[in-house]
Amino acid sequence: MADRRLDLAVRLRPYRVLLASRAHAQMQYRTSFVTDILGTVGVGLAEFAEVWVIFHNVDVLGGLDFTAALLVFALSNLAFSLADMFVGHLDQLPRYIRAGQVDAFYVRPLPLLAQLMTSDLSLRRVGRLSVALVALIVALTTADISWSTATVALILLTIVSGTAIFSALFTTAGGLQFFLVDGAEFTNAFTYGGQYAAQQSQQIFPDPLRIFWTFVIPTAFVAYLPAVAILDLPGDPLAPTWLAWCTPLAAALAWALAGLCWRSGTRHYQGAGG
Amino acid sequence: MSIIETRDLVRDFKRTRAVDHLTLAVEPGEAVGYIGANGAGKSTTIKMLTGILKPTSGTVRTCGIDPMRDRIGVARRVGVVFGQRSQLWWDLPLRESFGILAAIHRLDPAAAAARTDRLVEQLEMGPQLGTPVRSLSLGQRMRAEIAAALLHTPELLILDEPTIGLDVLSKQRLREFLVAERRERGTTLLLTTHDMGDIERLCDRVLVVDHGRLAFDGTLPGLAATVGAQRMLVIDLAEPSLDLTGVPNTTLVESESGGLRQRLAFDAEATTAAAVLAHVSARHGVRDLTIEEPDIEDVVRRIYAASGRG
Repeated sequence: MADRRLDLAVRLRPYRVLLASRAHAQMQYRTSFVTDILGTVGVGLAEFAEVWVIFHNVDVLGGLDFTAALLVFALSNLAFSLADMFVGHLDQLPRYIRAGQVDAFYVRPLPLLAQLMTSDLSLRRVGRLSVALVALIVALTTADISWSTATVALILLTIVSGTAIFSALFTTAGGLQFFLVDGAEFTNAFTYGGQYAAQQSQQIFPDPLRIFWTFVIPTAFVAYLPAVAILDLPGDPLAPTWLAWCTPLAAALAWALAGLCWRSGTRHYQGAGG
Repeated sequence: MSIIETRDLVRDFKRTRAVDHLTLAVEPGEAVGYIGANGAGKSTTIKMLTGILKPTSGTVRTCGIDPMRDRIGVARRVGVVFGQRSQLWWDLPLRESFGILAAIHRLDPAAAAARTDRLVEQLEMGPQLGTPVRSLSLGQRMRAEIAAALLHTPELLILDEPTIGLDVLSKQRLREFLVAERRERGTTLLLTTHDMGDIERLCDRVLVVDHGRLAFDGTLPGLAATVGAQRMLVIDLAEPSLDLTGVPNTTLVESESGGLRQRLAFDAEATTAAAVLAHVSARHGVRDLTIEEPDIEDVVRRIYAASGRG
């Protein structure tokens, strides 16, 4: 067992060194780093302001009151900012290709996707992350929750799986960049659009959109479905409460699609040349 | 076993065939210049050797490995320098790039440190180790790129236009280092270049590619002999003189300013610059002279013309 752990540490060492170097590089420009963090705090607060403005006018929207909406907001923003921090740069692939960086990745003895993922670490997203974290703590302490081991497990499971779902979306977007010329605008509809959809009550959407955000691009699993289960709300008649526990399954499916997309993308690159 | 082997290698792009039934073999320890006009298929070949591009048909073996099946296996045994692209981390001090690459190649830390020290010493990069890569001059950066590509002691070093844009002194240092590296470790070199000096000083074999096909495979003197490329001695005389005809084994190409500057072409196989100079200076006062080497584009053009293309 100890041997295996050591083995894993050795195997992951290149990535640890790569990520540490990215962190180090950002720290070299202290002032711009601090302003960047303040910027993403601003983004997080602006997102929050929307929720606040809505519930300043109505008491309940799509079956959620302010506290429930805050929980949805917190879970979705937490997952999104974590994913954005680690792999949010994947849709920048055209820039990497133009700079010849992708060819350099090919001549290094590590998998391409792993290199691209660890080629950047947007520490400035810590700002938005901390807004989400504060919102989560406030929501969980003010909401009427019957706490149990299952609740805690569901919350942790949701954060991990939600991050995986958004990471899969970014990876899919990255894979598509191999085919599209400056396609980030198009794929933003699914990544940032998915993030926006994830922080809403699914009940505000008409049926086709609700089905889309649950079963096609599974962002409903990131926050809404778990929040409904945590708070024991009636929820969406289309999606029973036990679906909240299927978040890892949704993440796995999203990753299967992402893997497929990425593989065909790199094949296409090898076909089309750099 | 050959370190590079291609058989009937073909690579098509949408409208063109970049590599056309290319068959070649490079043996361990050789230093091979891979030359040709822009778009002749040099970079496409290198990309197929390293697994960046998938061949349309034919086979490639690099260090005995099929790069399409085991790109990472190839990457462990080959070092690649793209003259126009960087392997380094531009926003960090140079020292850290070497550390990261050592981790990527999973080198033993002590061995990596020793290897880095040796390369830094040989390439005289000590003073630049603390400098961010983006602040290095082009010559410094190219030396760093080569050190980076050699850090994992590859058997094969592929250099794509390593001296492009470098000043004379930087070129000189790079070439001297590569010669020493070869002598010391027997590293196989494959380099593309537009600079005849690179080929002359580094390579014992030249491959000329034209429209994706191999147009010439042999030594540099053999190449020059094939196309009849000649060196040129440009002589500035002390006084205006008659045309310098009748110098053995030379042809007068041009006479300027009433004979003050004269250009004599000579065949490097038949005579030497010293012999020509001795002959001229015995009869005239020589003020200055330069030697012009056959230009690589010119040699390639002649090869193409000879093979009925171009």
